[in-house]
Amino acid sequence: MAFISNGSSIRVGQSSPHKLGLNSTQRVMGLLILATLPGLLAQIVFFGWGSLINVLWCVVIALGCEALALTLRRRPVRSCLSDCSAAVAGVLLGLALPPFAPWWLSLVAVSFAVIIGKHLYGGLGQNPFNPAMLGYVLVLISFPQEMTAWLPPLGLEGHNNSLGDALSAIFGPGVDAVSMATPLDVLKENSSLTINELWQANPIFDGMAGRGWLWVNLAYLAGGLFLLWRKVFTWHAPVGMLVAITIMATLFWQGSGSDSHGSPMFHLLSGATMLGAFFIITDPVSGATSNRGRLIFGAGVGIIVYVIRAWGGYPDGVAFATLLMNMAAPTIDYYTQPRTYGHQRASKGLPKKD
Amino acid sequence: MNAQTNLIASSERKIWPLTGGVHPEENKHQSTTRPIGSVSLPETLVLPLSQHAGTPAEPVVAVGDKVLKGQLIARASGVISAPLHAPSSGVISAIEPRPIPHPSGFSEPCIVLSTDGAEQWCELTTIDDYRQLPPEDLVAKVRAAGISGMGGAGFPTAIKLSSGLSIRTLIINGTECEPYITADDMLMREQAQAIIAGAEILQYMLGADECLIGIEDNKPEAIMAMKIALSQSASADKMEIVVFPTIYPSGGEKQLIQILTGQEVPSGKLPADLGIVMQNVGTAVAVKEAVVDGKPLISRITTLTGAALQTPGNVAVLIGTPAHHLLQHAGLRESQLGTLVFGGPMMGFSVERLDIPVTKTANCIIAATRSEFPEAPDPQACIRCGHCAQACPASLLPQQLYWHAKAENYEQLLHHNLFDCIECGACSFVCPSAIPLVQYYRASKGVIRSLEAKQVKSERSKARYESRLARMAQESAEKEAKRQANAERAARLKAAKANEQSGVAEEDPIQAAIARAKARKAATAGQEKPARVELSAKQKELKIQLSIARAQVKKTEKALSAAQASGDDATVARLKPGLDMLHEQVTGLEREFESSSSPAPSAREAEKPAKKDQPALSIDEKKRKVELAMANAAVKKLQRALESASEEDAPALKQQLADAGQKVADLKQAMENRL
Repeated sequence: MAFISNGSSIRVGQSSPHKLGLNSTQRVMGLLILATLPGLLAQIVFFGWGSLINVLWCVVIALGCEALALTLRRRPVRSCLSDCSAAVAGVLLGLALPPFAPWWLSLVAVSFAVIIGKHLYGGLGQNPFNPAMLGYVLVLISFPQEMTAWLPPLGLEGHNNSLGDALSAIFGPGVDAVSMATPLDVLKENSSLTINELWQANPIFDGMAGRGWLWVNLAYLAGGLFLLWRKVFTWHAPVGMLVAITIMATLFWQGSGSDSHGSPMFHLLSGATMLGAFFIITDPVSGATSNRGRLIFGAGVGIIVYVIRAWGGYPDGVAFATLLMNMAAPTIDYYTQPRTYGHQRASKGLPKKD
Repeated sequence: MNAQTNLIASSERKIWPLTGGVHPEENKHQSTTRPIGSVSLPETLVLPLSQHAGTPAEPVVAVGDKVLKGQLIARASGVISAPLHAPSSGVISAIEPRPIPHPSGFSEPCIVLSTDGAEQWCELTTIDDYRQLPPEDLVAKVRAAGISGMGGAGFPTAIKLSSGLSIRTLIINGTECEPYITADDMLMREQAQAIIAGAEILQYMLGADECLIGIEDNKPEAIMAMKIALSQSASADKMEIVVFPTIYPSGGEKQLIQILTGQEVPSGKLPADLGIVMQNVGTAVAVKEAVVDGKPLISRITTLTGAALQTPGNVAVLIGTPAHHLLQHAGLRESQLGTLVFGGPMMGFSVERLDIPVTKTANCIIAATRSEFPEAPDPQACIRCGHCAQACPASLLPQQLYWHAKAENYEQLLHHNLFDCIECGACSFVCPSAIPLVQYYRASKGVIRSLEAKQVKSERSKARYESRLARMAQESAEKEAKRQANAERAARLKAAKANEQSGVAEEDPIQAAIARAKARKAATAGQEKPARVELSAKQKELKIQLSIARAQVKKTEKALSAAQASGDDATVARLKPGLDMLHEQVTGLEREFESSSSPAPSAREAEKPAKKDQPALSIDEKKRKVELAMANAAVKKLQRALESASEEDAPALKQQLADAGQKVADLKQAMENRL
């Protein structure tokens, strides 16, 4: 390995650049997990320990499935596990599932996400769909009852479930936890009451989007802004989605009567809006890749989310919208190449055949 | 300090931001603590013939030649090439392949010079006022001095100066955006006046209205020195020092043009197409030395840095100095040396040997420890995070290029403008998965280039093949047409013959008319009919002579009758004897022809069997045959001569002809005997 001055050969030359930046996949994934903490904290505060147990349980399943898949595919387990991408999928699913989701529900969702959604396509970087959303949609369609059972956001004023309750709810035979619908469900089911009447009937949801949901979304917004500041991703996709939701909600607001679809603020700060905007659709693997592409991708998600919320069969639609736009991502990429230096215009579409 | 910041801040010119870019650790301070040093004269200098972009130089010296410092040792070969000069005096000890600074690690032809330590210069022609000379002469001087771009690309400078396009802006590049390298920084600090002088000469050569000197704001000392030098120079109003924020790779030619002018060099075009020419500060100094001092490019400033060196710094080094000589000078701790890099950490290349020489483009040598330039970690999967696209100064999509490069989808690579990649390494630098992106692009470019070359070649041979096919088709068509024409003619003749023979001409009035016409013709031709019988060569000859003689007789008779009619007695008297002579000649020939026609058939009959059992002719026979042919030819020649001969010569010729005829007869006799 030593150089010899009289000229005999030594170390194999390496390609430039000879020094790399400090960026790494672990860092990107680690920052992502870090940024979910405010949201997780808010969920624990308003929905109890279930969220935390869910997240931890999902991470364990995700890592287990990842290790299993890597072993089966004969890939280096340790180095691949350390990229934390599986952990991120686990965390995101844990946050998205209802707090008292039974253990098997999480197992089904996470193992499907990691094994089918990710490794069957070729592992990290190869999956066309967001794995977490694939798992989520699977259980949402298969087990609608469990998936819509969100606890009332009792939060600071009300009593919170104890850790023991949460554990037995998730892993035990189940307790008679007070489950109820989210504000989006309530609004969706409503056909006779004006918004004011509706909120009076459900005092727990007062405020702009229901007290608990408001804070949870603000917490995710804070985490997202942190990631933007750390330049983990660009602003294009989240802004695209939030602007699209705002525009849609403004256009189809229909006032505060009984046929109201809710105010723009309500839509921005309820459900999975912020979680989706900053943590789901910013998944680079399954999203569009250029800046303009990401803007379009985000806008597409925002529009579909609103369409599902307002006229679709589900109270929230972030997962469906993400998967639908995932399918469009390659096409978006072809048509949103940036204009290269020295070129009059950007290349578009597929290369022309002679 | 205040004055300094004022000077730096005084740049009011609008600048444009660089697209993308990264901020790698600069690591420039290590090599700027001491002034530009000098190195002892090495015993041997190794001078690669190809230190510039373009065709290699051709040696004009032989092994054993003694050369003086600055003497031409290899001349430029071709348009894009640069000559090479002896960096010191000494003896040419070898012209052979030696390892050169190139990522391939290959050896290339080099001139090896053993220095004699005398440092004896050759004669230099200096100029007091370059403005007395036309710009073309100065460009010729630059070309003769062997100057090629000293920033790293090594494009022959004279070509940039003689593009033929009208140049508005000269940009002097003092950016030096690569980490570690400080050669230009130190040059600006210490030789600012020479740079300004060089820039003035370049501006004069190009006829450029303005000159912008671009420097990154991480070089305050250099900016200061340059501003002071500019303020003291005569052309302060025509030049401007433009300071802009430090970001890699702002020093790339295209990038600096974008920063300073807001313009983009169109893809596939040159800055000259925008009326811009860019030269490195080092090149400006070299131009000044070449034009004013008459010195060729034989030395440069090179940064020696890296954690494996005890005294990193910049040195003025003779071209051809081996790296180990310089590294020893800078206190190399050989046990710590991990990677030796020529150039900067972003775009430089690692070399595997220490005996590689410094070339005209070697701006930096980094002797890095293993921890300084660690081996690249194993690449992980691309997660399409797009950090590379944010860093790309050319607004490419490196992540997409990577996927297409891996898939060897060259169409898509071209569609994604692979060839606009300047290989700056910003994408690789930011890649969280440590993918050697630039390497993928380099490899793909290489494959595409060779594919295109192959395609050009195959298209050329295809065109050649197609034209050959077309030619052959045409030839065979012509042949076919000929064959058909022949066949038709043959058929017609056959039909005519058949008609004649069967005598059924009466049935067809036209045929009958034709037959009548033929019969009439035959009747009038009368005597000529037997002429159809094959004539021997001699008979033919006689016939020709006969016809010539008859023609002459006719001509003379005509002239004679004309003369008689006009009563010109003198002419009549002159022509009459001639006419008599001609008549005589004609009758003589007629007789000869008559006599020759009777033995001819017998001769033919005699020859015929000979032809039939011709197979094996002995050498003697062949020889005799040749002789016979020659004799025959001689006879003919003599006959011809005789015909045109005057009265006096005729007897002698006749004698010769008789001899030749005898010889022919003898030979024929001999051959017949043999047969």
